[in-house]
Amino acid sequence: MAASESQPAARGLAVSVRGARRVFRSAGEADVVAVDGVDLAIATGAFVAMLGPSGCGKSTLLRMIAGLDGPDAGEIEFGDGGDAPKNALAYVFQDAHLLPWRNVLDNVALPLELQGRAPSERRNAAQRAIEQVGLADAARRHPAQLSGGMRMRVSLARALVTEPRLLLLDEPFAALDEITRQELDDQLRALWATTGMTVLFVTHSIAEAAFLAERAVVLTRRPARVVLEHALDLPAQRDAALRGDARFARETRVLYEALQTS
Amino acid sequence: MSAAHRRLLEAVLPPAATFVLTTAAAEFGIRAAGISPLLLPTPSAVVRAALQHASTLLPALAMTAQAVVIGLSMSIAVGLLVAIALSTSRWVERAFYPYAIFFQIVPIVAIAPLLVIWFGYGMRAVVAAAFIVSVFPVIANSLAGLLSVDPALRDLFRLYGASRAATLWKLSLPWALPNVLTGLRIAAGLAVIGAIVGEFVGGGGLGVVVLEAMRQQRTDLVFAAVLHAAALGLALFAAVNATSHFALRRWHSQEKDP
Repeated sequence: MAASESQPAARGLAVSVRGARRVFRSAGEADVVAVDGVDLAIATGAFVAMLGPSGCGKSTLLRMIAGLDGPDAGEIEFGDGGDAPKNALAYVFQDAHLLPWRNVLDNVALPLELQGRAPSERRNAAQRAIEQVGLADAARRHPAQLSGGMRMRVSLARALVTEPRLLLLDEPFAALDEITRQELDDQLRALWATTGMTVLFVTHSIAEAAFLAERAVVLTRRPARVVLEHALDLPAQRDAALRGDARFARETRVLYEALQTS
Repeated sequence: MSAAHRRLLEAVLPPAATFVLTTAAAEFGIRAAGISPLLLPTPSAVVRAALQHASTLLPALAMTAQAVVIGLSMSIAVGLLVAIALSTSRWVERAFYPYAIFFQIVPIVAIAPLLVIWFGYGMRAVVAAAFIVSVFPVIANSLAGLLSVDPALRDLFRLYGASRAATLWKLSLPWALPNVLTGLRIAAGLAVIGAIVGEFVGGGGLGVVVLEAMRQQRTDLVFAAVLHAAALGLALFAAVNATSHFALRRWHSQEKDP
């Protein structure tokens, strides 16, 4: 798919996780091993879905990749090795988490503002990101005036505004209704195809993982370990019809069985 | 009639009706019971005293108002700075917050003479009294707001390499604004109390009018002065509410909890 003319194609960033382990200790309680011995190799420009039961430690793994939490053991490396390049990552939370006092445009421009970019550059990039998620008409509205789906789109635009090379999403659409969720899935998949960024998408929905990703990684219940790494054998062009396709049913069954054994 | 007009009417009419009814009841009740004006003057006598002594009451009100506004401004500035300092680390909070409570428990009546010893008679002691009683609600509420910042948003700021100053300015302070305004609403009423008590000892303003009127057994004038003080508190409260409404008008229905 051709990159859009207004935006240079962002190049993806590879991630490699080796032997990652994270233990949460709190006084008076037994240690909780959230992640134990996880190895994961995510290729440049891949779309990987990380699938696991609720509370299995997949969020912890994602936070460690984002650098928001440090592993107790193991290594996380980016690209050809070493730390993540500056400003290469973006993170989408489970809920929108917008600043209620800022309008959509200013919320989306926030990451650039924190990075110290010029106001005109911020404005243009934010406007572009808002258009990418189909919210151009709502740029001046405040979060309280938006529906849950629209807020999540703003959150997605805020992540895209820095043109990240690696986009991390932590069950981003779990709180939305099915229709809105599928719309956002479609949009995310299209954005991935046009930008060439690497996407790591955490979800507990088998159908969502199969619909979105090129590869699926299934994790066990806490502590999180990889039980299946599976390349999804599905066409590159994903649309609503695919959800009724026999191939889709077969792939979801593979993932379902892996989850069952986990 | 527009919806806005009707809402305004619905807000104003019930308290206004209560006011008219209780005032009328007091006027006729006091007259009928034959209560001495030294104990309880009728509302009409209080209004007469207020008009008669307007040349004393209004400058006194202005003086008290000035002390309250200065004291309250200091409470906002100092209270916010203290809350920011306390919010920087759990250890700082643990070490100093118990002592901030000092401002909450100090009996202002008891230490007012001390303020006169330190600051002399007049405005400075009165401002100090207004400040001391009003600073704690600002500290406590601002701190609660600063500590309640959405952890996900903190993560977001960290991810994009925001400095501490940027995080404070663009996240923590705006996030705490509703709490700061709540503290201010409480502080406004307390500052008036502090100023009047300060004036009892330090001189000037409505506090002295009350003392003088009491000495002259002019209960009607005491009431008139008290009503002026109440009006001042009410005006401050309304000002904070208006600020709050204006500053937070876009936040409505936005849940704050993560």
